Amino acid sequence: MPNPTQQVVADGLFTWPSSEPSLIGSEQDGVLSFPARPGEREVLLARRGTLWGFTTQQFRPPSPPYDGDDTPETFQPYALGYVELPGQLLVQARFTEPDPDRLRIGQEMELRIIPYTTRPDGTEILTYAFAPAEGDPS
Amino acid sequence: MTEVAIVGVGLHPFGRYGDKLCLQMGAEAAKAALTDAGTEWSRVQSAFVGSYEVSNPDAVVGWLGLTGVPVRGVFNGCATGGTSLQMAVQAIHQGEADVAMAIGMDKHPRGAFAADPSVVGLPDWYGQTGMFLTTHFFGTKINRYMHEHGISAESLARIAAKNLGNGAINPQAWRRKAVSVEEILAAEVVNYPLTRYMYCGPDEGAAALVLCRGDLAREFTSAPVFVRAAELRSRRYGAFEVQSPSLPLESAPSPTVDASRSAYEAAGVGPEDIDVAQLQDTDAGSELIHMAENGFCADGEQEKWIAEGATEIGGRLPINTDGGLIANGEPIGASGLRQVYEIVLQLQGRAGERQVPNDPSIGYTHLYGVPGAAAVSILSR
Repeated sequence: MPNPTQQVVADGLFTWPSSEPSLIGSEQDGVLSFPARPGEREVLLARRGTLWGFTTQQFRPPSPPYDGDDTPETFQPYALGYVELPGQLLVQARFTEPDPDRLRIGQEMELRIIPYTTRPDGTEILTYAFAPAEGDPS
Repeated sequence: MTEVAIVGVGLHPFGRYGDKLCLQMGAEAAKAALTDAGTEWSRVQSAFVGSYEVSNPDAVVGWLGLTGVPVRGVFNGCATGGTSLQMAVQAIHQGEADVAMAIGMDKHPRGAFAADPSVVGLPDWYGQTGMFLTTHFFGTKINRYMHEHGISAESLARIAAKNLGNGAINPQAWRRKAVSVEEILAAEVVNYPLTRYMYCGPDEGAAALVLCRGDLAREFTSAPVFVRAAELRSRRYGAFEVQSPSLPLESAPSPTVDASRSAYEAAGVGPEDIDVAQLQDTDAGSELIHMAENGFCADGEQEKWIAEGATEIGGRLPINTDGGLIANGEPIGASGLRQVYEIVLQLQGRAGERQVPNDPSIGYTHLYGVPGAAAVSILSR
């Protein structure tokens, strides 16, 4: 059952609710896209991949469009970058690990669905992120 | 083909100017360029006016004179100035004008550029979740590049220190205080591994050029600077570009590489012939990567070049002698024309304390940015 106090940031971005969610891409003429393009064939993307490149976001992004419930004072920096999904594409994502010293290009990463903000009525808004994969030697 | 010469350059220094109108700054830069060419607006037969913040920058004619000539507004992201230059050159090639102007101006609010993702065709969630920003692209790109090519954070700091040092001796720069490599490395991180001093900031300002048919150049100046190439390219499929929620596994070169090769071919010169260059330094990592993308060195060789001071004034290839974007900020409509302004001063020996020695004769300018566009010009005496 979906948690009634949770809501996805956008429909059609990832399969949800699910115990093994996937990002939803699309394909046409052999070209994969993420997010899915209207009118194209839906493709579920790999749940694991390798870290292609990363950086950190140390300041609160301009708001709008950013709608986190934080303030410039309470903002918690996060890391983001690209994960290479084998045989598919590079996906841009936020990472659950914010410390750049604990990320390494080439390490195994795994999809997570995480709340990134809470609305005034208590509803948590979910988005996708990648986390260092469990069992990765790094 | 008709040769095209730059015969006058003008700058409204970049910085912060309170309530001053952006169009006023554009008009002042244009008048300075006309004065530099020893001529008047009435002689100009076509103009291209670039801006992001002013929706009708061609309204600058209200300050210059309502002469009825064709005037076109230009916007092409961070490559706007290079686009205005290219279009003015083409207007002369095509015979629309013997004398044309390229004018650029902007007046940005403080802080990172903020917009709705829909303006570039991206979904709302991309902005809501904190991904619709340009700055983290640069952090990701240089971090990956450093990993692949063995570049140290100290090289990034040396580039920032060079540009801020050049700004300190440029009376028209916005940031005029030299900052040490140590202080740059210790400053707050904006997007890992880039610190505050390694980034340019949005600001205000204007720049303008007077161009004419090459055979008329000596009517205006004894030291014309000829436009040997002015090339513009957009991104190809697979290029690693800003604001990409996904990218294909097979990569393509940056549009910078395409614009640069095309410019060398048009000018009939190679990177080894360039005496002084202006490369887009949105951040110190961008300048470093652009050294290779524009053909000046191989990937990874920057580490040695920078340690040797090769890109300092007096080095083998001085880069961003006026302090670049890092010391001047980026009013995007004007930024590319500031680059040309500086190269013209250098080729004419008018760059004062920051003059490149040994009588430089060929200069190079390069712009890159949103939405995956690059512009390159090659200029010579």
